[in-house]
Amino acid sequence: MIALDQLKSTRNRKAYFALIGGIIALLAVCPLFLNNYWLLALNNIGLYSILALSLNIVLGQTGLFNMGHTAFYAVGAYTAAILNTNLDIPVLWLLPVSGLLAAVAALLVAWPVIRLRGDYLLIVTIALVEILCITLDNDIFGLTGGTNGIYGIDRPILFGIKIYKEWQFFYLIWGFLGITVILFSLLEKSRFGRALNYIKQDETAAEGSGISTASYKMMAFTFAAFWAGMAGTLFAAKMTTVSTGSFTFAESAMLFAIVILGGAGSIRGVLLATFVLIGLQTAFSDLKSFRLLVFGAAMVMMMLLRPQGILPPKPHRYKVDRYMSDLPEPAFSPKEQTTREVKGI
Amino acid sequence: MEEFIQQLINGLAVGGIYALIALGYTMVYGVLKLINFAHGDLFTLGAYFGLTLLITMGIGDMVPGPLGIIIVAGMVMALVAIMGYLLERVAYRPLRNSDRLAAVVSALGASIFFQNAIMLVYGSDAQVYNLNVSAAEYSLPVAGINISASSIIMIGTSLLLMWGLYWFINRTRTGMAIRAVANDQAAAKLMGIDVNKIIALVFMIGPALGGVAGLTVGLCYGKIDYNMGWTYGLKAFTAAILGGIGNIPGAMLGGILLGVVESLGEAYISGAWKNAISFFVLILILLFRPTGLLGERVADKL
Repeated sequence: MIALDQLKSTRNRKAYFALIGGIIALLAVCPLFLNNYWLLALNNIGLYSILALSLNIVLGQTGLFNMGHTAFYAVGAYTAAILNTNLDIPVLWLLPVSGLLAAVAALLVAWPVIRLRGDYLLIVTIALVEILCITLDNDIFGLTGGTNGIYGIDRPILFGIKIYKEWQFFYLIWGFLGITVILFSLLEKSRFGRALNYIKQDETAAEGSGISTASYKMMAFTFAAFWAGMAGTLFAAKMTTVSTGSFTFAESAMLFAIVILGGAGSIRGVLLATFVLIGLQTAFSDLKSFRLLVFGAAMVMMMLLRPQGILPPKPHRYKVDRYMSDLPEPAFSPKEQTTREVKGI
Repeated sequence: MEEFIQQLINGLAVGGIYALIALGYTMVYGVLKLINFAHGDLFTLGAYFGLTLLITMGIGDMVPGPLGIIIVAGMVMALVAIMGYLLERVAYRPLRNSDRLAAVVSALGASIFFQNAIMLVYGSDAQVYNLNVSAAEYSLPVAGINISASSIIMIGTSLLLMWGLYWFINRTRTGMAIRAVANDQAAAKLMGIDVNKIIALVFMIGPALGGVAGLTVGLCYGKIDYNMGWTYGLKAFTAAILGGIGNIPGAMLGGILLGVVESLGEAYISGAWKNAISFFVLILILLFRPTGLLGERVADKL
């Protein structure tokens, strides 16, 4: 994987883009030759990738220890399920609605707790998932169906086509994932993304440089929840049933592990880690009992071997002369090196 | 009123268990600033080791009565302490100088590993402590209230062990060294304290207490489950925070308080919301007194 970095950073940019293009092309045609079992695995990976990438904004880029991300996934899924089964609103229309509701939930939760120090936030978010699952299991307001959850959610309809086959879901989920990756890459480089990174590196310094850390943290938290809520809608639409079993603390911990194992803050790393972890889990689901034993040991081993994650984020590169154009005399000739690596960010 | 006192006693009993487990969390957090997510599973391990020693290997029959149980408790403590030591050695020590989140993920991995190892060895069904005498059968009537023997055992065990730990930490040289390492590792090292040894020791004492808590739960509730470590662990961790994480008397107070609140909440508010009540208490505490009841103020980094 280090070789991959070198490919990109030095001569062979073309080879790098060819590789990425190849992967995308392979994904685009793989429903043609994969059977349902493997498509199901890929769909799982896709859904988890969307979730893990949204958690990555909070945990990886901002450095907020959120171990309760599935709470917002659950809010999204249940919103879609309730509104679809009770009011017959087409499920894909509910994407923004459930996203917004998850965001509102995140806002309400984050408001009081966002200033807590790292570990405390971790515990509060764990408590949050537990409380939410208990609430949903207790059939609150008679809407959530108790421990059985909600059945009979409609299949999504996109451009007049009813989506119900595994390969159709594959395109829906991976299309959504594609949008997520592009958007989040842009976000990472934006002013917003840079501010988040600054908060992660040194909160006091960030505050001192005029970044309102609390409000940026809130924004990151809320935005990630919004995205998780939308992923929840996709999940509800795919499964046609939701219950709290899919949103337990164990799932949250898994997402947390994916982000850290992948390399906190690195989109490529998180994608790779999701592929490896969820892929392994699905691939070895026959060996049910031993699977998780190996899985736990592998988590420890991976951390011991690469504590910084599989593909940690690279130092960001910024074009220096863009910021130096106002200076009366360039500090160095513009034809020389014009980028500078900012270490550690 | 009678029911209230009954619930209070139940709360104190389960609270004592929470406190014993919480001590392990709080001590590890005190010296390493690490949440040992695998601690709850060490507690479960204690319960299962107890099952094997007491019933499968028949120590309970060989040495009948309380003496047999005390011998088993000692063996459980030793075995779980060894597991705790191995855990620290394998999963945490190599990560001590890297990012703290790496250790958190390693802890989660260790937890998954322990849980599934227990499940593979003992099966996924709940196991029953098949003793000839069940503690649940005996009770002590005091002023019209029946105090069950199991409550007495739970409260007694936890008080005894907590007193022992308190004495050890505050009155012995090694205890002083533990406090020193918790306070400032670098300075402790300069004073000639072997920090690695102390950390290893903390990883043995905490799990040993948790292991006995597991055994006690097995003896008194009669039924154990391979994944019970999660719930108990999370509650105990809540208790540790409630009292002020890193603070040993705080963990004791927090555990007992949480047990009582939970038990009363279960009786007077709603049984289905029992777990939610504890976590709600946790959130309230963190909002209004993030350092916990007995915690000291932690200065922010500047």
